[in-house]
Amino acid sequence: MGLLSWLIVVPFITALAVIFTPARKTAWIKWISLVGTGFHLVLTAFTTWRFWQLAAPEAASMKTAQLMKLHLEERIPWFESLGIQYLLGVDGISMSMVILTSIIIFTGVLASWKVEERAKEFFALLLVLVTGVFGVFLSFDLFLFFMFYEVAVLPMYLLIGIWGTGPKEYSAMKLTLMLMMGSALLIVGFLGLYHVSGMNTFDLTKLAEATFPASFQKWAFPAIFIGFGVLGALYPFHTWSPDGHASAPTAVSMLHAGVLMKLGGYGALRVAVYLLPEGAKDWGLFFMVLTTINILYGSFGAITQKDLKYFTAYSSVSHCGFVLFGVAALNLMGMKGAVLQMFSHGVMTGLFFALIGMVYGRTHTRMIPEMGGLAKVMPWLAVCFYIGGMASLGLPGFSGFVAESHVFLGGFFGNPWTDATIMRTLTVIATMSIVVTAVYVLRGMAKVFLGPVTDPHFHALTDATLTERISTGVLVATLAVVGVMPFLLIDLIEASIMPIVNRLHASGVTVALH
Amino acid sequence: MEHELGFALRNAWLILAIPFFSFLVVGLFIRPRAPKLAGIVATLAVFASAGFAYALAVEYLSLGGHDGWKTIVPWSFEWLRFQEHLAVHIGVIVDPISVLLMVVVTTVSSLVHLYSLGYMHGEAGFGRYFTWLNLFTFSMLALVTAPNILQMYVAWELVGASSFCLIGYYFEKPSAVEASKKAFIVTRFADLGFLLGVLILGYFGYQIASEAGGSAQAFDFLFLTNPEVMGKFSALGAGLFGIPLLTLALLLVYMGGAGKSAMFPLHIWLPDAMEGPTPVSALIHAATMVVAGVYLVARLFPLFATSGDALLVVAYIGAFTSVFAAVIACTQDDIKRVLAYSTLSQLGYMMFALGVASFEHPLGYTASMFHLFTHAFFKALLFLGAGSVIHAVHSNEIWKMGGLKAKMPVTHATFAIATLAIAGIWPFAGFFSKDEILAAALGSGHTGIFTLGLMVAGLTAFYMSRIYFVTFWGKAKTEHASHAHESPWIMLIPLVILAVLSIGAGFVPFGEFVRFGAAHGEAHGINPMIAAAGTLAGVLGIGFAWLLYRDGLAERSGVIARALGGGYRLIRNKFYFDELYLFVTHKIIFRLVAAPIAWFDRHVVDGGVNLSGWSARVFGSAVSYLQTGQVQTYGSWFVGGAVLLLFSLWMLRA
Repeated sequence: MGLLSWLIVVPFITALAVIFTPARKTAWIKWISLVGTGFHLVLTAFTTWRFWQLAAPEAASMKTAQLMKLHLEERIPWFESLGIQYLLGVDGISMSMVILTSIIIFTGVLASWKVEERAKEFFALLLVLVTGVFGVFLSFDLFLFFMFYEVAVLPMYLLIGIWGTGPKEYSAMKLTLMLMMGSALLIVGFLGLYHVSGMNTFDLTKLAEATFPASFQKWAFPAIFIGFGVLGALYPFHTWSPDGHASAPTAVSMLHAGVLMKLGGYGALRVAVYLLPEGAKDWGLFFMVLTTINILYGSFGAITQKDLKYFTAYSSVSHCGFVLFGVAALNLMGMKGAVLQMFSHGVMTGLFFALIGMVYGRTHTRMIPEMGGLAKVMPWLAVCFYIGGMASLGLPGFSGFVAESHVFLGGFFGNPWTDATIMRTLTVIATMSIVVTAVYVLRGMAKVFLGPVTDPHFHALTDATLTERISTGVLVATLAVVGVMPFLLIDLIEASIMPIVNRLHASGVTVALH
Repeated sequence: MEHELGFALRNAWLILAIPFFSFLVVGLFIRPRAPKLAGIVATLAVFASAGFAYALAVEYLSLGGHDGWKTIVPWSFEWLRFQEHLAVHIGVIVDPISVLLMVVVTTVSSLVHLYSLGYMHGEAGFGRYFTWLNLFTFSMLALVTAPNILQMYVAWELVGASSFCLIGYYFEKPSAVEASKKAFIVTRFADLGFLLGVLILGYFGYQIASEAGGSAQAFDFLFLTNPEVMGKFSALGAGLFGIPLLTLALLLVYMGGAGKSAMFPLHIWLPDAMEGPTPVSALIHAATMVVAGVYLVARLFPLFATSGDALLVVAYIGAFTSVFAAVIACTQDDIKRVLAYSTLSQLGYMMFALGVASFEHPLGYTASMFHLFTHAFFKALLFLGAGSVIHAVHSNEIWKMGGLKAKMPVTHATFAIATLAIAGIWPFAGFFSKDEILAAALGSGHTGIFTLGLMVAGLTAFYMSRIYFVTFWGKAKTEHASHAHESPWIMLIPLVILAVLSIGAGFVPFGEFVRFGAAHGEAHGINPMIAAAGTLAGVLGIGFAWLLYRDGLAERSGVIARALGGGYRLIRNKFYFDELYLFVTHKIIFRLVAAPIAWFDRHVVDGGVNLSGWSARVFGSAVSYLQTGQVQTYGSWFVGGAVLLLFSLWMLRA
């Protein structure tokens, strides 16, 4: 079994180990989960190193490549008559997403250290979920991809429905149904790709060699883009996200907002834009308009929220807008920015939900107006929250700035297929979010953490425990490392974005490179 | 390179590395365990930076500047690669203005660090304070040494963030929290303009750079201010609303500068920023960060001069701000707020000095930088002196002080020197730089601005003498003031050093070092006519204040205030700008934009989602009535359906 299979199997084995542990031994269950995910983190680091060895020498030649290059490929025929295979591989984009997921699940397990209710089922489902996520990022056969995708979405229903808070059944149902609607669009699009290509294969790398007729691309692109967009909180299909996040338990919110929503941007880039460049050119502007709405709408929506989780969820809607905005900009900087933003937002929002869980665990409220002056009693959590906030408003030195500057430049530079003036106008509108974000982040956090302690009970509260410090510390460090040394991540992903850009330019009318 | 560079220039990265690593080490490792040590390490690190900056300045000066000073970038590395010709190289640019700023920033910063060791003694957040102060020093140095506009933007945001942390240092005090938020959000709003300007410059710069080929990077200052490139920029023609693209881009960049330098109408954050500890006000909100806007315009001066119109906007906004703020300063009672408005006014001075400069009359450029240089010392001194007073009397209110002349002799003497310096009295530093600014305004034909400048000189002398007399002369007006003691020596040493600099800085042959273009023509000594006019304005201001306030009481001035009536109230309430902003943000943006969006999302968009769920349920339950379990009903439906189907098929065939 290859390295990549191990990346998928390790969480699954850990889940099995959890299942075979007696339910009352909750400490064992947590330690097993922690060791499993910790080992996964090490394995991810090793894989990254291996990948880097293989990919670095080729970075120069990728500048003109039309087809993506997979590394550490594993290819086993599965349903041969249908051309379905077990095809794993990794390129820079999936590598960065695997790193992200591995960090989030590790910190997520630490952040769930206080879960006592049905701990066994909780951790098992969490690990199954993350198995699906790794599967999605590593599989390059659309069928396998879709299968893992469903594996990732379904445990969510149970996790929210059982361990959630508030109107949890409603939220779980809404989330699952809306994502299923996206899946329905996806499966239609995938089957269309399969049939129209006439190649009897779901292999993404093979399908990229096919030329899809423009009439097909015209409807398949929006189907697939919206299908993924639902998961990426594309306006107006985002409303599952505030409810879902608000109801979900901490680790689930972390995984969901941190990783699962990234599947949307990932798929939109990888499948929709890469395979259907003509469709992308036709629909690019349409989706830029929608995502511009996303960006501003989410940030304005966040200003008046009272519940910290809704607050973060709307902020996510805005930040995920940047991902799809970058993808829809259809140029190198935009798409690179999209991937950077996926990584950055994943870590950032993981941090936010972890912190909200920790604060809620102490104050037993998530309502912003009921809190105040918490920095005095929980300085560690306050500092981490502020760092997350600063990263989210795009302060240089954290990953958010790297991503957003790419996306803004990408939008402003435009592409040869879209009206430059409209794109620039949209970009200018989108940039306004940096002010609105500063407003809601600073207002919200000042109310919660600064000023005098409003409730005398708060004086008895404690600061972060060791597990919480490790969990939040890792996330904060990740934000800072990417922000201070952005070249690490950029070198990793840039070469893998080039084929997508080059294909856009190669198909149809070729115009000067942007 | 013909010259072998010296140690400091070869290792120019140290200027950034020293405070950065000190920030990390102090913040992460020393602060939690030994706050006292954190303060000392942070201070030592900044002194080391200062020493390094001096070494660098000396080496740079020894390179000679007979045929104009060279701009060199001795160190840089690729930090952020957007795409070809759009990579950001973090580095250190060395030219006269960056060397000047490095020296000013490290000097004032190290003195403020030293002073803070005494001033912040016993505070709960001692270690935290020095961590942020170090971060600020690093960011500010990264700003002044930025060789490209994006590093400038990055550092720009970082100084904003460290300023935010320091204004909100007393985070349990609601007014400090409000002030820190306000400062951040107002400057962020201005930075939106900066960002858009960078996008425009980057986009067209990229077009020009990729045409030229080679390794040109569109964000580099050396690229942007290259004459050939500037020619191409000005040939771009009209952008929005018929404004030439270059002018548009520069005005947007200037918006960022105006925010940071608190130019009207973005000035509202600076007076509130006085909520921070006083040494912070001295360093950040008087001597260094707030001049970043001036520095930005100076950095891009060739582009501004090419545009022309953009520079005029700089000049008029600067001149207006300087008068506007000086008028308000005359009516404020909080010693730090008076100094804050005074800073606004002096920043306006620097801005309009740049604004009146041009390729033909570049004197304003020199004058502006000269004033930046001298102002840093005497304004920092004023703030630190005010800090010393506040430390002694536990109040910011000038009417709660009085009679401190004898009790605090060192503070009094240094404060008096700084007051004379800012009032522009010979031989203090302010006299020289102010004179040069007035000469530049008159020499370039901006008579109106010259007149305003002269008026501001008088007003400055007046309001500064006002707080000087009320604070130090007359009798102690409160219990605290009558028992005031001189501050400890660790706070007095910086005062004395700054006082020496406030006297000596004016005699530096500044025009030899900082000038625009190789021409010596205008760089001159003192113009007797202008010097006389400026001094007269200063003396009149001081004299008028002496008449009103020499006994430290408010009676005589109260008569004038009452006579002015509504006008006085308008000025005292700062022309109600804060209220206007509050109205726009809270009443309009929050209530009319944000709240409706949140409502729309919950009720309309989400309503649509719920509606689809509801309709599916209703449809399902409606259809469920068909399933009755009665075979007869099913059978009749089946037969009826079959007949209908056959009938329609038959119809179609026909």
